[in-house]
Amino acid sequence: MAKTETMTINMGPQHPSTHGVLQLVLELDGEIVRKITPHIGFLHRGVEKLAEHRTYHQVLPLTDRLDYLAPMHNNLGYVLAVEKLLGIDEQIPERANAVRVMMAELTRIKSHLVWLATHALDIGAMTVFLYCFRERERIMDFYEKISGARMTSNYFRVGGLSRDLPDGIEREIRAFIDEMPGHVDTYEGLLSGNKIWQKRVMGIGVIGAKDAIDIGLTGPALRASGVDWDLRRDQSYCDYDKYDFQVITGKDGDTWTRYKCRLDEIRESCKIVRQVLDGLKPGPILADCPKVCLPPKKDVVNTIEGLIHHFKIITEGFKPEPGEVYVGVENPKGEVGYYLISDGSPHPYRMKIRPASFVNLQALPQMAEGAMIADVIAIIGTLDVVLGEIDR
Amino acid sequence: MPEWLVTTILILVKLGFVFFLLLTGAAYMVLAERKLLGRMQLRYGPNRVGPFGLLQPLADAVKLVTKEDFIPSQADKFLFFIAPGIAAVTALLTFAVVPFGPPIRLFGREVPLVICDLNIGVLYFLGLSSLAVYGVTLGGWASNSKYALLGSIRALSQLISYELSMGLAIVPVVLMARSFSLTNIVNAQAGLPFAILNPPAFLIFLVSVLAESKRIPFDLPEAENEIVAGFHTEYSGMRFGLFFVGEYINVIILSSMVTVLFLGGWHGPLLPGIVWFFLKVGFISFLFIWTRGTLPRLRYDQLMHFGWKILVPLALVNVIVTGAILLLLNPAKG
Repeated sequence: MAKTETMTINMGPQHPSTHGVLQLVLELDGEIVRKITPHIGFLHRGVEKLAEHRTYHQVLPLTDRLDYLAPMHNNLGYVLAVEKLLGIDEQIPERANAVRVMMAELTRIKSHLVWLATHALDIGAMTVFLYCFRERERIMDFYEKISGARMTSNYFRVGGLSRDLPDGIEREIRAFIDEMPGHVDTYEGLLSGNKIWQKRVMGIGVIGAKDAIDIGLTGPALRASGVDWDLRRDQSYCDYDKYDFQVITGKDGDTWTRYKCRLDEIRESCKIVRQVLDGLKPGPILADCPKVCLPPKKDVVNTIEGLIHHFKIITEGFKPEPGEVYVGVENPKGEVGYYLISDGSPHPYRMKIRPASFVNLQALPQMAEGAMIADVIAIIGTLDVVLGEIDR
Repeated sequence: MPEWLVTTILILVKLGFVFFLLLTGAAYMVLAERKLLGRMQLRYGPNRVGPFGLLQPLADAVKLVTKEDFIPSQADKFLFFIAPGIAAVTALLTFAVVPFGPPIRLFGREVPLVICDLNIGVLYFLGLSSLAVYGVTLGGWASNSKYALLGSIRALSQLISYELSMGLAIVPVVLMARSFSLTNIVNAQAGLPFAILNPPAFLIFLVSVLAESKRIPFDLPEAENEIVAGFHTEYSGMRFGLFFVGEYINVIILSSMVTVLFLGGWHGPLLPGIVWFFLKVGFISFLFIWTRGTLPRLRYDQLMHFGWKILVPLALVNVIVTGAILLLLNPAKG
């Protein structure tokens, strides 16, 4: 009997399909993976520490750069946390909430599109990648028109929005939302019926409901294991409970189910956006809290109060009462939570971010040990991790 | 002019023609692939160099030649040097037996449009395609890199497995044509091509050929999403270029083998034989590109399973059935 040894191989941080700078140390027995050790931290920027030296408003652009595929969602979690800390969460105008929900759902579509694109590319289906990016491009255009930036939107503000929607954007978004389900069918047409695709994703990376909860999985990865849990419905924020949508769950907890769940979530998001557009009424976009929200430009130039408020908010920021608060939102990838402690100064005393990908990545060894190299790639894809969020 | 001189010149001209055709063919195959894939994927493909990007292959060649030829310090230098050569040369040599047109009359003599009409052409093709495995295997082994090693192990087992079903799919053709010479095989298809007479063999051969060419859905040896670039991970510059060119020459060769063995070679109505031949080769090559635009990649064990448990048994059954039918049709000759 020949003596065999396992081979240790370094996958990443420079590897085409570790989605950024994830490093996996794999112990291989031929093609079979015996052990996986993920190494993270290559993209660490110290966001949480940086936040301690900035005013609450200045932290906002940092949150864009966490999960850079869903910037608006990160913004949303943060502004909700600060609003709760200030106790103004009941005063957010209706229009601001509606626009927040709409942008959040467009972001979900955008994030899921990148997920599908890269997941399919990792499994070798190259064309899907570019199809998904075509639709993503449309959402990027909306981003640009609405917030001025394509990636780092920084659009929401504590108390509302940074500015109102540009004219005519509703019509464009509606047109996009009307055709998006058809595009999802196209992707399904390219993948779902394909025997090779089915063989590559069915029964791969299975995780049961109990394990999923124990690890702390959230988002589509949790729901695909059969746990019916969605913060949008179960801890409603931004008037999500006003909208009629389904929480998509699966049963099997394998890569195929997660794939199906995310595609269906895109369809549900389209529904929500349509409802938002139907009910969108003109109105204020910032809460009436002059100590927190910047006054309109005409007040800054014309009134002394406006000028003073503007000056104070810009130079010093606002000072929440001492206290602590945790707010979690349903990001495309799972629950992203912001835990803020205020000591009464204009800077957060401490900001702790609960990233979805960081927790979800923990499931990787359990899902992929004993599988083959190609499965590891598929499982990284299906977990939908973003390193910007993991490393912070 | 003495007889031997004419013969030599004719052979040299044919050699030059084929050599030129294959190399340019491979270069433009790359361009065609990029253009077609681009069109399938909502892109334009290369369109900057020359009209419609037609000079792109030239630019690519210049780039490859001028790039640094990097050799990893721990590599086995000799094997590292010759491996890309093996890959490219075996691919080039195979075309020697491929008849690409009907015999033509030149200088008052009959000139067959094949460099060498070997009476065991089929075996020669199978032999060389087995040798080509060495290029890939040694290249991955000599690089002394783990990803390259994984790639070459994959390549080795894949190519050997699929060679088997490919060989078995050719057996019915040989049985039907009663010859190992490719020219005779083409002539035997003057009526109906073997693809119609024996579709199972055609399909098995087509799938095996896809696997032999190491392309999606069988591109595991160089699956860039899994093992970076597989066996040629450590190669750069023109050495990588040789692997690359070898691969595309291989696509052309394998397409011409499909054409010769199953699609009736140069036979076809109206157009001259040589045009038919290249049309068919072009069509099969297009199939190669098309699959790349649509299919995902198989997993290693699924690939092996498919090869050994589905294709090989099917091919074996097909050999027996074809043999039995031939025996029933021509009991006297059998």
